[in-house]
Amino acid sequence: MGQKSGKIVAVTGNEAVAEALRQVNPDVSAAYPITPATEIMQRFTAFVSNGKAKTEMILVESEHSAMSACIGASAAGGRVATSTSAQGLALMWEELFIASGTRLPIILALVNRAMSAPLNIHGDHSDGMGARDCGWIQLWSENAQEAYDNMIQSFRIAEHMDLRLPAMVCMDGFIISHSIERMEYLDDEAVKSFVGEFKTVNPLLDIEHPVSYGPLILTDYYMEYRRAHAEVMSKVKNVVLDVAKDFEKISGRQYGLFETYRLDDAEIGIVILNSAAGTTKDAVDAFREKGIKVGLLKPRLFRPFPYEEVGEALKHLKAICVLDRADAFGGSYGPLFMDIAATLFPYKEKPLMMNKIYGLGGRDYLPEHAENAIAELAEVAKTGQIKTFKEYIGVRE
Amino acid sequence: MKLKGWKELKPGAVVTEPGSALKFKTGSWRAFKPKWIEENCIQCMFCWAYCPDMAITVKDGKRGDFDYDYCKGCGICALECPGKKGNKAIVMEEEGR
Ligand code: SF4
Ligand code: SF4
Repeated sequence: MGQKSGKIVAVTGNEAVAEALRQVNPDVSAAYPITPATEIMQRFTAFVSNGKAKTEMILVESEHSAMSACIGASAAGGRVATSTSAQGLALMWEELFIASGTRLPIILALVNRAMSAPLNIHGDHSDGMGARDCGWIQLWSENAQEAYDNMIQSFRIAEHMDLRLPAMVCMDGFIISHSIERMEYLDDEAVKSFVGEFKTVNPLLDIEHPVSYGPLILTDYYMEYRRAHAEVMSKVKNVVLDVAKDFEKISGRQYGLFETYRLDDAEIGIVILNSAAGTTKDAVDAFREKGIKVGLLKPRLFRPFPYEEVGEALKHLKAICVLDRADAFGGSYGPLFMDIAATLFPYKEKPLMMNKIYGLGGRDYLPEHAENAIAELAEVAKTGQIKTFKEYIGVRE
Repeated sequence: MKLKGWKELKPGAVVTEPGSALKFKTGSWRAFKPKWIEENCIQCMFCWAYCPDMAITVKDGKRGDFDYDYCKGCGICALECPGKKGNKAIVMEEEGR
């Protein structure tokens, strides 16, 4: 190791994730197709059929069954992965909690798509945000390279002996899943030795040591198990950082809990997830050229959210605009905004904050949306006055 | 039994001790209690097979009385019991009467 040995390719986000799965070669995968995630498993099952992956592929009749089969296979002692989007994730809902509560390191590639109704197949974050509190790890990805890199790292993170937690790797539907980008694949051997052999913990198939999964835990112990889950979640961020260090050695690419862009000396900042961060960075550059000190923060580890580190990175700003690609209905702010506000809650002096909801159901996020937000932030920083705390942008009145 | 704190629990609530259901007594759930009428019993063992817990004791291939520590009073045994000539060998009685 220590030597970079990749291959430059032009692929879609889905292709990149399927390639990561082929290289990891999980023991079992159970999946059901749903746009825009379908292509991941379509390509991966082709690898399996052509003998390029040894995975036992279970083609089930629904996502509920897909996650159930993943849970069974993981409890049996296998390395397990699947993929879905939107309603598919929603249909997995009860199983998501069972996977995390049972501490099974299942990997799920989530291609973010808007929740129906109205029926829509395009990218937004309402699916992932709906599942943010189910006890899984969530890594979010700006582009195909990050989705591929996060997929590979997620196995090491989820399967870490101090954690044993399921993990979701998120990327934007169509914008990333179906767009071709230039990126780098690692060597098969490098990925294989990076993820290593799967280590089992209490596998059902070890008949010398019989175990039972899924006991009834009532008022006398349920709360202790939840407290233990809160504790294990608090250990995730250090594992994520350690795994990122090892990953840098084989890839040359650096990852942290979040990415900051021109933020250190900034006075105003944008916080935004996934693909729209790319567009926003260009707008940041343009405003920097005009002498406006703007920066950006893009969360990567969204669950568990690294509250202290994010708060530390943002607290020096005069004003922040959080852009959400999902709304939390009920008169409140968008889900990302609420977490960012919580990171700053402990500080006496804190930035002024506003929230904009953009890009729902795949609505384009344009450079002008980022530019308008930055211009407004600059004004807020100057006057100390916020006109609108929360609004939808790119929407017809 | 002293209850464990959250730091002492097995991750994922996995039970690694086989047969530990013996320690879990469900008798206190009972609102109705099955009563065995031995003279109507044909020793068919339906009750033993159907009981969801281990409340039917068996010794030397013969059914003995109920173990009320484990009987949750579901009534399945009484329903399934064929009895002798239409006379049930198990009847349910309300608890605390
Ligand atoms: S009432 Fe239910 S639990 Fe009790 S002995 Fe009959 S079948 Fe078993
Ligand atoms: S089911 Fe009824 S008849 Fe059969 S063994 Fe049990 S008590 Fe006796």
